[in-house]
Amino acid sequence: MIRRAVRDPRWYEITQESFVLSRRKMTGLLAGAGAIVMTPIAAQAALQPDDAQTPEELVTGYNNFYEFGMDKGDPAANAHQLTTTPWTVEIAGAAKKTGTFDIADVLKGIAVEERVYRFRCVEAWSMVVPWMGVPLAKVLSKFEPNSNAKYVEFTTLKRPSEMPGQRGFGSGIDWPYVEGLRMDEAMHPLAIMVTGLYGKPLPKQNGAPWRLMVPWKYGFKSGKSIVKIRFTERQPRTSWNVLAPQEYGFYANVNPAVDHPRWSQAKERRLPSTLFSPNWRETLPFNGYADEVASLYASMDLRCYH
Amino acid sequence: MDFRWWALLIALSLPGMWALVAVIVDTQHPGRMLGADAVETLLLHFGEWGLRILLLTLVFSSLRRRSRWKSALRYRRLSGLTAFTYLSLHFFVYLALLAGFSLTEIVKDLAERTYITVGFAAWVTLLLLAVTSTNGWQRRLKRRWIYLHRLVYLAIPLGLLHLLWLTKAGYIEALTYALVYAALMLERWPALRKHLPTPLNS
Repeated sequence: MIRRAVRDPRWYEITQESFVLSRRKMTGLLAGAGAIVMTPIAAQAALQPDDAQTPEELVTGYNNFYEFGMDKGDPAANAHQLTTTPWTVEIAGAAKKTGTFDIADVLKGIAVEERVYRFRCVEAWSMVVPWMGVPLAKVLSKFEPNSNAKYVEFTTLKRPSEMPGQRGFGSGIDWPYVEGLRMDEAMHPLAIMVTGLYGKPLPKQNGAPWRLMVPWKYGFKSGKSIVKIRFTERQPRTSWNVLAPQEYGFYANVNPAVDHPRWSQAKERRLPSTLFSPNWRETLPFNGYADEVASLYASMDLRCYH
Repeated sequence: MDFRWWALLIALSLPGMWALVAVIVDTQHPGRMLGADAVETLLLHFGEWGLRILLLTLVFSSLRRRSRWKSALRYRRLSGLTAFTYLSLHFFVYLALLAGFSLTEIVKDLAERTYITVGFAAWVTLLLLAVTSTNGWQRRLKRRWIYLHRLVYLAIPLGLLHLLWLTKAGYIEALTYALVYAALMLERWPALRKHLPTPLNS
């Protein structure tokens, strides 16, 4: 599943032998347990020829996870304080099966797949990440949502004793962090619950033990360390949308045509972005997944529902 | 030149030296000092230090007034010019590395992004003060020099507004600088009011 570079390798691609080896080892281990299915899916095809995978140390060392601090390096420095076992998930709202479940039971029987996705932050930088995860649709279906389930809401852990960013009022966010999707978005095959990356278990700074990944939306839509999933009839009140509704819409689909009020979304810096090669590139509608997801929004004015 | 002036110059140069080393190191080993998003790091580095040193500049005026320490003014000038240098570098990083010297992009930003407009206005104000900071201009402008240089009380709020508007979340940083500025203003308010060209309260 390692993509071969079609041009001269860059500095960061050359140093990746070690991870290739460790990944083989991991993959071998997990495949032995029958957990991993490597599926070549449409999302892989949507990668551009120059979408080289972002070095692992950037994916795990450059994070927006305000629960652990506001700086990009804070999550990597502070997330070790988080206890991820045991981990229970509360299922609530318009579904047949609700209650509190152990995450292992929630994931049982669903094959883990590798998905290499572009990741576009609303701050105009981007990465390419080899995630490991399970289709969100398979997770949600287990709880048999009923016809009142028009939306699904995801709540991140609130535990100030282990999350220094939740102590004090630094970020302005009213904890816990809440995100949400329309039901048809959540059921889309590209939407996954991530449990690992680079063939390893998901690091805590990336949202262990599991996080959402909706590759056609800005990164903030993909909540981390999820403890509650609620099916609702009404559109959930999502954290950024509540904090600054004119800047962060509920849909937050990656869209080069709709600027953030304070900066352009037409371009992005693909990390690593260095001084002499800032690595600017054009941002693609729906982050390059338009073929797969544009039909979800066929009748909507995306300027209005940004 | 006295020892203290040089000590201050060296101290104020440290953020610049860090940037110089970082750029050199990153040329060899991309990302090592400037991180994954080098342009952003450098931009924020110069912006933050420019603002901090600009606030420090006001401290020297306060010190002189409170202590009759005449030579404080020499440190004030050094401090102000260093702040201007860092803010110019901040502006240059934007022009060169973010806007790529593209005139259309710069004009678009100035017109559409208020925080950039405001930041630019602050820099132009400081440019005026930097140019007229010499003894010659001080002599030529006489008393008007003092009033002209009170434009720093326009430049700093513009800079704070620039910071506030570009902040995505977490206003602690902007708030801290604003509080420091408020404290400095409170300290000098009686003195300022006494020397206003026209009385505020008649």
